[in-house]
Amino acid sequence: MNIILCVKQVPDVTEADIRIKKDGKDIEKEDLEMVINEWDNYAVEEAVRIKEKYGGKITVITLGDEESEDVLRRALAMGADEAIRIDEEGFEGSDPRGIALGLYHVIKDLPFDLILTGAQSADMGWAQVGVLLAGMLNIPYATLAVQIEIKDKKVIVKRELESNTFENVELPIPSLITIQSGINEPRYVSVLGIRRVRKLKIEEKFLDDLEIPPDKVGEKGSIIESMKLMPPPEGKGAEIIEGSIEEVCERLAQIIKEKGGL
Amino acid sequence: MILVLAEHRRGELRDVTFEMLSLAERISKESPMEIASLLLGGERGFIDKLKDFCDRIIFVDSPELKNYSPEPYLEAIKKAIDATSPKLIMISHSSFGMDLAPFLSEKLSLPLITDCVDVSLKEGRLATLRQIYGGKIFSEIRLKPYERYLVTVRPGTFEPEIREKRSASVMEIPFQAGTYKRRFLEYIEEKIEDIDISSADIIVSIGRGIGKPENIPIVQEFADEIGAVLACSRPVADKGWLPKSRQVGISGKTVKPKIYLALGISGSFQHQVGMKNSKTIIAVNKDPKAPIFNIAHYGVVADMFQVIPVLKEKLKK
Ligand SMILES: Cc1cc2nc3c(=O)[nH]c(=O)nc-3n(C[C@H](O)[C@H](O)[C@H](O)COP(=O)(O)OP(=O)(O)OC[C@H]3O[C@@H](n4cnc5c(N)ncnc54)[C@H](O)[C@@H]3O)c2cc1C
Repeated sequence: MNIILCVKQVPDVTEADIRIKKDGKDIEKEDLEMVINEWDNYAVEEAVRIKEKYGGKITVITLGDEESEDVLRRALAMGADEAIRIDEEGFEGSDPRGIALGLYHVIKDLPFDLILTGAQSADMGWAQVGVLLAGMLNIPYATLAVQIEIKDKKVIVKRELESNTFENVELPIPSLITIQSGINEPRYVSVLGIRRVRKLKIEEKFLDDLEIPPDKVGEKGSIIESMKLMPPPEGKGAEIIEGSIEEVCERLAQIIKEKGGL
Repeated sequence: MILVLAEHRRGELRDVTFEMLSLAERISKESPMEIASLLLGGERGFIDKLKDFCDRIIFVDSPELKNYSPEPYLEAIKKAIDATSPKLIMISHSSFGMDLAPFLSEKLSLPLITDCVDVSLKEGRLATLRQIYGGKIFSEIRLKPYERYLVTVRPGTFEPEIREKRSASVMEIPFQAGTYKRRFLEYIEEKIEDIDISSADIIVSIGRGIGKPENIPIVQEFADEIGAVLACSRPVADKGWLPKSRQVGISGKTVKPKIYLALGISGSFQHQVGMKNSKTIIAVNKDPKAPIFNIAHYGVVADMFQVIPVLKEKLKK
């Protein structure tokens, strides 16, 4: 079972005070820690588990800048065998289709049985790249997988729907699956583990190598004319209770007693 | 024309269909246009439910369309587009739309913007509003000019109501199923033996801010003390720290307790869908910019582990 794995790096913004760049097109990322996209981490683990069971090779691919090699090394440390980085240059300002096109032009020449991607990414949250890629490669796909079972050249994918409901769908091989969080428990990656794969070579690809018409990617190829980022509009919002922990809790206790009928 | 793809599953038309039709009505106020519902498979009875909400219903019926699968849906939607030439096509940003929309976009060359919380058409150009970075930033998007646009709309964003009643005419399009590579097998509903959080009066809910499983007893004891039930956001259930039956949100449970106390939960839309109708929402979060504060009634910007012991004491008395 040869697997191609698409991953990306995203800034961790959970507790960050995000600042928007002056041109309004992006956020300031300098002070933010870059991490593997949560959904992709589950995808890496799933690929490694499939490999452990059925053998084969995992090729992990990212499209990003040099720093994004970190997520590739991380995937190698978890059990991927080969890594490819498609350099970001020329892809800046791409819409999801532009990114999928970059991945497509590398993947189309590789042998594979399965492609795994995260269901979405934590930054822009388009949830498009995996399915677009399947469409370009003309292979069947299923999104939001929470369980994958391989049986006689067929894959049964359990998809997560809403309200604790799921569906099983059957895919032939080759096919593409996007991974939902919680599908497995991703293994821990130690610093030592990453150091061990430090010397593995990461193959690099550049836009010029890929025979993609340059007007199909980047801002030129994007369906988006302009994008303006802004802080959320000031809504009604919560009444923020201020004071010392003592005071705050006194008030909270009052509210809970009153509204909860304690 | 605005074409809204009706969403249904297991004999039920889903609310988000009407939410999209209400958004369509608003868009058509600014740029006058017919509104049509596209019903693929499903039950004939759905037609009556949709009639008041649109000018046309396009019905494509076939056993292959009863349960969603992308390939027959693509073929049916292509037929409907050819027959109606819509300017804008709307699908829900649900497990259904997330699966289908990018496929349509690729196969039918439709420019697609996913997960919109607002959509407008001015002089034939699409503009949308999205939330990015877990809802901490908004992004206003204007698209280049195209003949046709495709959007997915975030569920739970619009009221499923319209201002003016319409009366739809029905058009049926015949459908000849082909052979497809992906096959729907079955639905599965997981029954887990556990308490039902949706019937609790007071819910104490923990998010990723809980940090590690060793911290859960601290909150469990607090919840027990005040007679509350312990629930969680998705990452806590994903990691197996609490059972899946405790997860609140779009893919978990919907709850409406008297009090929902959110501890270390950022407030993503998928979480909000499951708890925003709680009578009183109290949020404790270290980050003053956490989106949960936009929907909470009361907020405390603090470390939950400093708050819990003191609050527990206060409630004991
Ligand atoms: C298809 C789909 C379905 C989904 N369904 C659901 C669903 O049903 N339910 C759901 O919840 N999510 C769901 N999600 C996931 C959702 O997108 C978010 O990833 C998730 O809700 C985030 O959970 P969180 O708020 O606990 O974590 P985070 O977003 O990581 O937030 C953690 C918060 O804790 C705060 N914090 C950290 N430490 C402390 C501390 N000591 N004291 C106080 N505050 C602290 C941080 O400031 C932060 O705001 C779904 C996603 C997808 C794609």
